[in-house]
Amino acid sequence: MIDYEAVLSPRVKAIAPSGIRKFFDLLENMDAGDAISLGVGEPDFVTPWHIRDAGVYALEKGFTKYTSNAGLAELRREISRYMRRRFALDYDPMKQMVVTVGGSEGIDIAVRALVGEGDEVIVPVPSFVCYGPIVSLAGGVPVFVETKAEDEFRLTAEALRAAITPRTKLLVLPFPNNPTGAIMEKRDLEAVAEVLRGTDILVLSDEIYAELTYGGHHFSIANIPDMYERTLVVNGFSKAYAMTGWRMGYLCGPQPLIRQMLKIHQYAIMCAPTTSQYAAVEAMKNGDGDIQMMCKDYDYRRRFLLDKLRGAGLQCFEPRGAFYAFPDIRSTGMTSAEFCEQFLLKAHVAAIPGTAFGPGGEGFVRMCYASSLQNLSEAMDRLERFLKEVAR
Amino acid sequence: MNNELLNLLEKDARLTPAQLATMLGQDEREVTAQIAEYEKNHIILGYPALIDWTKTDDELVTALIEVRISPQRGDGFDRIAERIYQYEEVESLYLMSGAYDLAVTITGRSLREVAEFVHARLAVIDGVTGTATHFILKKYKEKNHLFAKLPEQEERVLFV
Repeated sequence: MIDYEAVLSPRVKAIAPSGIRKFFDLLENMDAGDAISLGVGEPDFVTPWHIRDAGVYALEKGFTKYTSNAGLAELRREISRYMRRRFALDYDPMKQMVVTVGGSEGIDIAVRALVGEGDEVIVPVPSFVCYGPIVSLAGGVPVFVETKAEDEFRLTAEALRAAITPRTKLLVLPFPNNPTGAIMEKRDLEAVAEVLRGTDILVLSDEIYAELTYGGHHFSIANIPDMYERTLVVNGFSKAYAMTGWRMGYLCGPQPLIRQMLKIHQYAIMCAPTTSQYAAVEAMKNGDGDIQMMCKDYDYRRRFLLDKLRGAGLQCFEPRGAFYAFPDIRSTGMTSAEFCEQFLLKAHVAAIPGTAFGPGGEGFVRMCYASSLQNLSEAMDRLERFLKEVAR
Repeated sequence: MNNELLNLLEKDARLTPAQLATMLGQDEREVTAQIAEYEKNHIILGYPALIDWTKTDDELVTALIEVRISPQRGDGFDRIAERIYQYEEVESLYLMSGAYDLAVTITGRSLREVAEFVHARLAVIDGVTGTATHFILKKYKEKNHLFAKLPEQEERVLFV
């Protein structure tokens, strides 16, 4: 009889199960045909046909073998052009990038290549759930820095400075942010850069939502003097081109770092899926128009949702990126988890408690507006009724 | 001209001025006034629904008819076009470049009814020199909408 508890790695066992497990059990067992989910954070668009077709065509032509470890040369050249075209960043396609299995793999190999036993990684929260566990698995220590609604959920220079210790190895910059919708503008990043200058702290800039900003173009910290050489940019195709299931991302940065990260990729993954890589080439060559069309559509829904949330009496900071609203539900007197549970049980609308995204999320819930306007409209009508009901 | 407003209405004419105003970041009264103006100037022609009649108990046949005509002095093609589009049965009428001149679509209750229309009404119009009738067997897509419902991926509970 194997004692499974004894054989499992203590590091893996120490990772806390997702705080919303209970919530999802609830969702899974619910049998409501009229349920609306604003829970899952992914585009509601199907991948544009010309991109899907390129994937199908690659299969027809029999392109079914491995690619080189770092990815198709053609794709890397396209990524390089894209980074220059969209973000004014220069990366050598042959030396400074790895095509990864989604942005997630880029985060994983970057952290594993950099973080050693006891190294601290600063993670602004609320943010996407993967950073903490990935850092812990590498033996590092995630140091969570709470961003505040009053700062529009931006990372401030003061908060960053206060979190830095001699063990600080890496700063994660998850902007545009999931779940808050916050962005960091050039002046915000310059303040962060000023704190980092003169240190050896590296930056992992997770820019997966870079194409989804509203009212201004995304600006990368790698564009700021002295930052390029310490920044790893993670990006991918999932959000910009509605390609979540293709699992396509990439990691760009200084050659000495990328070279080491490529080793992990090569032993753990070998190469990103070939079919997806061919589809991704087409996306980068001819997909700028798709990005624009989808972004505009999200913007309509963003304005609509924000207006309805505020109209229903919830305070909500204006999200400027990604496709989430992060309303403040403290006026209801409930915790985030209670709110989401009740909202699901009574109104049949799924939203995610802010606490799922780390400390600092209590009092807020995430609602994804990558959903049809009819869905959003109905969900907001139900929200209004729900809020009246719980106020009684 | 507020092309964004028109684009939104073309996609979903049921959006209310209040919804449109929020989505565009404009004033509701302004949007209402703009729509009224577009209607008045015949920029917005109507607000029909797209219906898949094959799923109803009405059996309808639609035909696309190519019409060749000899243009008339002074009026070109317009006068003949007018004599055609006045018929209630005519759903759409376009002047074409290429092998024929006018493309007419009509919908009738039966093949016979459509054929009747072509023989008795269309072909006999002065200036019409020939017709070719193509019956539509199946509609796949119209105005960006698919007639078939695409299959949906399996429901997932995941955390992103």
